[in-house]
Amino acid sequence: MAAAAPLRATPLNSTHRALGARLVDFGGWEMPVQYSGILEEHQAVRTAVGLFDVSHMGEIELRGPQASQLAEFATTNHVAKLHTGQAHYSGLLYPHGGFVDDILVHKVADDHYFLCVNASNQEKDFAHLQEVNRFDARVELSSERYAQLALQGPWARATLQKLTPVDLAAIRYYWFQDGTVDGAPARIAHTGYTGEDGFEIYIAPPHAERLWNRILQAGEEFGIKPCGLGARNTLRLESAMSLYGHEIDASISPFEAGLDWIVKLDKGDFVGRAALVRQKESGVRRRLVGFEMRGRGIGRDGYEVWLDGAPAGWVTSGSPAPALNKNIGLCYLPAARAQPGVPIQILIRNQPVEAVTVKTPFYQRVK
Amino acid sequence: MYPENFRYTKEHEWVRVDGDTGTIGITDHAQQELGDIVYVDMPKPGTRVEQGGTLGSVESVKAVSDIYAPVSGEVSEVNPALAEAPEKLNADPHGDAWLVRIKLGAPAEVAKLMSAAEYQAYIGAEK
Repeated sequence: MAAAAPLRATPLNSTHRALGARLVDFGGWEMPVQYSGILEEHQAVRTAVGLFDVSHMGEIELRGPQASQLAEFATTNHVAKLHTGQAHYSGLLYPHGGFVDDILVHKVADDHYFLCVNASNQEKDFAHLQEVNRFDARVELSSERYAQLALQGPWARATLQKLTPVDLAAIRYYWFQDGTVDGAPARIAHTGYTGEDGFEIYIAPPHAERLWNRILQAGEEFGIKPCGLGARNTLRLESAMSLYGHEIDASISPFEAGLDWIVKLDKGDFVGRAALVRQKESGVRRRLVGFEMRGRGIGRDGYEVWLDGAPAGWVTSGSPAPALNKNIGLCYLPAARAQPGVPIQILIRNQPVEAVTVKTPFYQRVK
Repeated sequence: MYPENFRYTKEHEWVRVDGDTGTIGITDHAQQELGDIVYVDMPKPGTRVEQGGTLGSVESVKAVSDIYAPVSGEVSEVNPALAEAPEKLNADPHGDAWLVRIKLGAPAEVAKLMSAAEYQAYIGAEK
């Protein structure tokens, strides 16, 4: 048996153990998949507030006089449209139009962009950004300098407001502000990956444990629960948000993944643009679409999808949807059929089970 | 926690023998590892199973797991409560939430399985 590489751990590893979390290998990181249970944690985020350790996520910073040009050239969304203090979702693409990663770009200053990237992609992203950097800009992999906590749910703001002088109500959705939380310097972003209102808080690792405990105390009156990656997955899936390695990867383009809105072809040249222009002209062959199980069973990641009696695609993510009391998923189908209302079968342990394509997101919070 | 009158498998099933019938379930350790259980699929009464062969599956929010037959024989009864309320398997895996009963085909097989003490040592070492 080959010796496994040692798992990487976040600054909160022993805190998770003390809370009785079940820890699993998540892309090389030892991470909590659940504390009390995925269903309970999921409902806490939908109806109260949940706290996630997402310190495994990577941070990459672009700095220098031409940091904006590098960010514009390396990513698909329109960086010039960002104001200082604003963030957006974007893609890092290969020249052939497939995803290197999906990322959040925060504009800290004209000469400073802060990227939040997927944990298991961070070294690859860093190498890619260096490779496409033909500008007067520096690329820094700064993940070691940050721990990240995600506080999500209808009571997230009230919870966090008890610990910070920053006026959280004044931070608009997908904006961020640098300030303090419980006295520690923090970047507070009004972002999230759950479909609920909430904040993602970037702090220095030595403060992580204290802030984790202080936030749990502050949220106690609202029914806060520590939440693991299991609930994070069911929450993002109900909101039909992509997960790298599932909906998107090096072989999938943003148009196929339904992420047309993060591609700005008219902004000037960027890595992958030529391939996307060709794809736009010829049309994509396959597209991501949501489905709901009609028969008994759950269409899980990698299961074959059948259409008109023949294999036609595959499931990228599938799970019970705890807030909806249904079994849902996302799958790739030929583009012409990737629309709501198409009857499909999902091959579950060699048995075709009835499902139907549906509109996404599956869940949308009432604002 | 782990009843002395059960025998256990390395795949975390248990069997309790009463006369010529074995009652089968999954262990508390197994339900903890699986998390919230949403489906239980077991074979119909009359189905013949072999020791170590696939008996059925248990599905949690996170994943599907095969359940293996701890003993050979013929399924004589399937727990009807689990079709309606699979979450009972999380609450009472050693009691009301048994999976199936099997009419033992080879009662001597039971001796190959672990005792409660052996099983606890086994899951202790697995960590």
